[in-house]
Amino acid sequence: MEDILHFFDVFIGSYDVFLDGLWITVKLSVVSLLIAIVIGLFVALLKISNIKIFEWIADAYIWIVRGTPLIVQIFILYYGLTDILLIPMFWAGAAGLAFHSGAYIAEIIRGAIQSIDKGQREAGLSLGMNKGLTMKRIILPQAFRRAVPSLGNQFIIGIKDSSLVSFIGMQDLFGVASTMGSNTFDYLPYYMTVAVYYLLIVLVLTFIVNKIEKRLAVSD
Amino acid sequence: MSEEREMIRVEQLNKSFGELHVLKDIDLTVKESDVVVLIGASGSGKSTLLRCLNFLEIKNSGSITIDGEQIEKKSHDLNKIRQKVGMVFQHFNLFPHMTVLENVIEAPTQVKGVKKSEAIKEGKILLDKVGLGDKYDVYPSKLSGGQKQRVAIARALAMKPDVMLFDEPTSALDPELVNEVLATMKGLAEEGMTMVVVTHEMGFAREVADWLVYMHEGRIVEYGHADEIFNKPKEQRTRDFLSSVL
Repeated sequence: MEDILHFFDVFIGSYDVFLDGLWITVKLSVVSLLIAIVIGLFVALLKISNIKIFEWIADAYIWIVRGTPLIVQIFILYYGLTDILLIPMFWAGAAGLAFHSGAYIAEIIRGAIQSIDKGQREAGLSLGMNKGLTMKRIILPQAFRRAVPSLGNQFIIGIKDSSLVSFIGMQDLFGVASTMGSNTFDYLPYYMTVAVYYLLIVLVLTFIVNKIEKRLAVSD
Repeated sequence: MSEEREMIRVEQLNKSFGELHVLKDIDLTVKESDVVVLIGASGSGKSTLLRCLNFLEIKNSGSITIDGEQIEKKSHDLNKIRQKVGMVFQHFNLFPHMTVLENVIEAPTQVKGVKKSEAIKEGKILLDKVGLGDKYDVYPSKLSGGQKQRVAIARALAMKPDVMLFDEPTSALDPELVNEVLATMKGLAEEGMTMVVVTHEMGFAREVADWLVYMHEGRIVEYGHADEIFNKPKEQRTRDFLSSVL
């Protein structure tokens, strides 16, 4: 009982530092996922381009991302980018996360594009639309609709993975929990507190994804 | 005279899919306002021929001339050609993420740059014409097969094509919905639209077709006026086919 009361004390008493961390986590997740969508769309289009060299580039990228741990990617990008380009830590972290999620999002989008009936493409072409316009106006809007559940899932993974940036020194949610824990030697309540914050973020995101799915279902 | 204008001329057309030789030395001419109906068993190549006319399939050899100009994939912008040649598919292929009206105005606004208000006005006229004046803002998933196909016809007409191609437009429909689509097509034919139609609807062929083409194993076996072929086919294979479907 006392432990539970102590947890609530920590949870309530630490809200100001955790809100700082929450802001960083949210900002980092949103920025990195937006970049990841752009990378993912681009790589998906490379993969279905039917041009060998582009397909190889896309395959190599996906292989590298899937074949190495995220923490290794973050460290390489952090030390690489901050050494050479002198970019701020935030952007090094965002780049690492986007580089990683981009590969998974590329596979989701590619699968969704290829699941669209080929009659849709033919209908677009038969109306005089060129390939690019058909892709943009006919195929991609349908592919994105179909990809929403998988993308939502990938976003949840991305938000939780963002905790790894604490290892390059960022004070995101997890970074705050680690710092507070080691400063006070009172680890457990802080890690439980941070778990609650992640649960709440994922709850909100799940709610938003469900709303979007419902909105998009009007045409079904 | 305008009825001498040649809309489509196909000469010595050959098409193979790998080892499979689907079209063999096809010659065909379609003049303005002609309604040409292609009949034949499944796999006889009639759909492939139609798709070659819209360059959804690219020929292996021979020539295709559209409105006086011989079209080659290398030297022509096929998108431009397709604007003049409308196509209606067996499975409708409506855009499910757009309403009926949005389906119809998509290509005119995106391809031709027609102003949206203008495209909407013309789109509504077309939808009224195919009997769907009460369905502008409905999504395709809410329509019956016959209604979907009529939207598809309106969508193709919105580009003001010179020729309309129909690839088995009623084959995916429930029997009771076939007639509404055929009636729409008949109306188009009466307005003087140049049409090439692949169909199994012999009643439609008999009633609407100016010319009938019977295809068998990738060749045109018999070509002539529809009533002549129906009444006294010259070729034994045509006779066999007709007796099996009539």
